Amino acid sequence: MSSIDTGAPHDPHAHVHLGVFYTGVGSQFIWSDPGLGDHQSIETYLEIARLLERGLFDAFFLGEGLRVRENRGQVLELDVAGRPDAITQLSALAAATDRIGLVATQNTTYNYPADLARRLASLDLLSDGRAGWNIVTTDNAWTGANFRHGGWLEHERRYERATQFVEAAKALWGSWSADAIAESAEAKSWAAAGAFPEVVRRSDLVNLRATATLPASRQGRPVLFQAGDSDGGRELAATHADVVFSANTTFEKAVAYAADLRARLARHGRGADSLRILPGAAVVLGDTEAEAQEKAEWIRNEQLSAPRAIAFLEQYWGSDLSAYDPHGPLPDIEPTDAELDPSRGTISIADRTGKLDRIAAWRTLAAEKNLSILGLYREVSPRERSFVGTPAQIADLWVHYVRARAVDGFNLTPYLLPSSLTDVVDKLVPELQERGAYRTAYQGSTLREHLDLPPI
Amino acid sequence: MTESLLLAVDLDGDGAHPAAWRFSGRPPGSVLTGAALRAAVGAASGFVLASFEDSPLPAGGTGPDQAGRLEAGTRAAFAATLAGDLGLAPVLNATTTEPFHLATQLASLDHASHGRAAWIVDGLSDLDVLATVGAEPLGGAAQRQEVADVIRTARLLWDSWQDDAVIKDVASGRYLDSGRVHHIDFSGATFSVKGPLITPRPPQGQIVVIARDHLRVDEHADIVLVAAADPEAVAARAQQTSSILTFADVEVILDLPGRPAAERLAELDDFTPWPSTGRLRHVGSVTGLLDLLSELRGVDGVRFLPAVQALDLPLLAEQVVPARGRVLPGRTLRERLGLPRPASRFASTTA
Ligand SMILES: Cc1cc2nc3c(=O)[nH]c(=O)nc-3n(C[C@H](O)[C@H](O)[C@H](O)COP(=O)(O)O)c2cc1C
Repeated sequence: MSSIDTGAPHDPHAHVHLGVFYTGVGSQFIWSDPGLGDHQSIETYLEIARLLERGLFDAFFLGEGLRVRENRGQVLELDVAGRPDAITQLSALAAATDRIGLVATQNTTYNYPADLARRLASLDLLSDGRAGWNIVTTDNAWTGANFRHGGWLEHERRYERATQFVEAAKALWGSWSADAIAESAEAKSWAAAGAFPEVVRRSDLVNLRATATLPASRQGRPVLFQAGDSDGGRELAATHADVVFSANTTFEKAVAYAADLRARLARHGRGADSLRILPGAAVVLGDTEAEAQEKAEWIRNEQLSAPRAIAFLEQYWGSDLSAYDPHGPLPDIEPTDAELDPSRGTISIADRTGKLDRIAAWRTLAAEKNLSILGLYREVSPRERSFVGTPAQIADLWVHYVRARAVDGFNLTPYLLPSSLTDVVDKLVPELQERGAYRTAYQGSTLREHLDLPPI
Repeated sequence: MTESLLLAVDLDGDGAHPAAWRFSGRPPGSVLTGAALRAAVGAASGFVLASFEDSPLPAGGTGPDQAGRLEAGTRAAFAATLAGDLGLAPVLNATTTEPFHLATQLASLDHASHGRAAWIVDGLSDLDVLATVGAEPLGGAAQRQEVADVIRTARLLWDSWQDDAVIKDVASGRYLDSGRVHHIDFSGATFSVKGPLITPRPPQGQIVVIARDHLRVDEHADIVLVAAADPEAVAARAQQTSSILTFADVEVILDLPGRPAAERLAELDDFTPWPSTGRLRHVGSVTGLLDLLSELRGVDGVRFLPAVQALDLPLLAEQVVPARGRVLPGRTLRERLGLPRPASRFASTTA
């Protein structure tokens, strides 16, 4: 084990922290399954939130996408779509839950800092200290078309904006002193003199003069999550975040990522334990390994369906490929040279460019392995975020991850509802508990406490 | 004549009087908790609608009553999963928000509450409010245009998913029919929005839009909220409104056993005078209030703003609502207000 350097010492008592990342959209949901209720009804959300409380999870985490995904200019038909505003939905859940952390993904490019800070602070108070904010920067003219200023931000400056945005939010959240509000109605005034300082920011990226309307919650302020993997994203995490939600799920990637982040933390004068690392993951459980593998293959084939294979290639080719047989060879026509558009969801900039090279590589691969369109699609779709096995196998693996300090836990992505989560709660959580790597009761009441983060 | 009325109540803070917090029987900060909100919503049962006044600035002005305030959309959302059939109307300010977010938030409130969402449109133009988003005042006609554009955008977005957009056709692998989810391509004076909404069509089809009278955007609203200082002025204005329904705002401070309303008001005013807001104001008995309601002409409903929520709301709920309140049968707010559920304006474009 000594060769593993995560930037933090091996910890034999480390615990696994779990959250659920619920996008409410996307190809991972197997909507043809009759068990999948209305993925967008408040009852479904409540059922999940209460299930997660039963499973002693840290957080229920909602994704965000500010434009409905499209395929060649029309709304994409193949995936579950339609989702609520995260803060609204989580405020509704706050009234009907007690412990679960409530994390909203919210964008820094298409929001106003004072407005968003206020809505998050409201959620934090209404939930009595259970709110979190997953800071994302998604910026492109296609998404911007839904907003007042369009695609106003240069991509290179997205994290500059995000950093200033977060700093303004933190200034607002911290602007009331702890004893600002009078303790009794007999007091001369509702708040102490000078309790409402203005926060002023004047730059070309953030311009505001605002007064916080709310005090700190029981946890100080909303817990800050960050989910972007570029250098700018990592720097934002190391400067301001309490939790990172990463895509570095395989052990090797997780170790390298943890080491990189902790080196950055040190440069910013922060301790290795001031940031929790929770990569995304899907879990497929079976009573035997073979059963789990078989189920995983079924899930994958449902997700990576023939119509999606065509739509996937259409995004790259930039033209109508509906006449092609998904079980036949790759399209013989040449792709358009237009840049890959972001209309199929959040793609990092690295994936948006160089599409012709990518298509050339696919052609080579398909020729070498004699792959159909569908075969290629399945071949090039990543597998690495899934944990497949028996509850005991996965528990052993996760204990290894957390004790090595490669991660602090995982954000699980459901694909069948609710069974992909009830499985984890009923079968995997007890295995983790048996290994002394999972709480047996909530110790605290706030999200910050669930995450074992130092107090603000 | 004792015609019944649609009755609404505002649940903001400790009450409409700036010194209400001194008479609420609880520590000042407790107004900022879920528990207080839960209690307020519980106390408002029987009303057809509860509103949540708001602004991006602290409540209570800048003097001794300056106080904290939770954002109204989150308060209404918190109330959505509480028991009851109360309509929920947050004040959302059109001039300091992204129209797209505003429409999404309200559609989500409607889904979470199973069709009980309304929106009180505000169009604040004070410099301090606009400064929170770094905006400049537009002034006059441009300001009215801006508010109207935000409402029109929201309405288009709520229609952008047809009711039957989700088809779940397993055979073809199609979850939805792209012919039933529409770009709105709205282009207004200061902004444009592409659409569609990220949220499917709300249960009510259209959120109930309630516009303050002074904004003069009646033609975009379902309900106009008239603030006028006497019944004649209310009636005069009510005659002109072109919305489907008209409500009058009525501020109330009521007699309590051994505590006449006038005395209560004097006591409150000793701390901070209740500034005139241009609304009807009733200071006196429940009977007097019922008489005032009988005098109102041309309005379909009233929104009460209780001076001290803890003291005046229970009387309104227990004595005024049963005597004069009207709620039509139904589960959604539209049904209970007697408003039709509009078809999506995109529905006819489908082949
Ligand atoms: C695991 C993970 C989840 C993400 N979830 C969202 C999301 O729900 N909404 C969103 O707009 N962006 C999301 N993002 C996108 C990032 O926050 C970021 O904006 C994007 O990756 C581009 O940033 P980058 O250049 O730092 O990679 C997610 C990213 C990761 C790695």
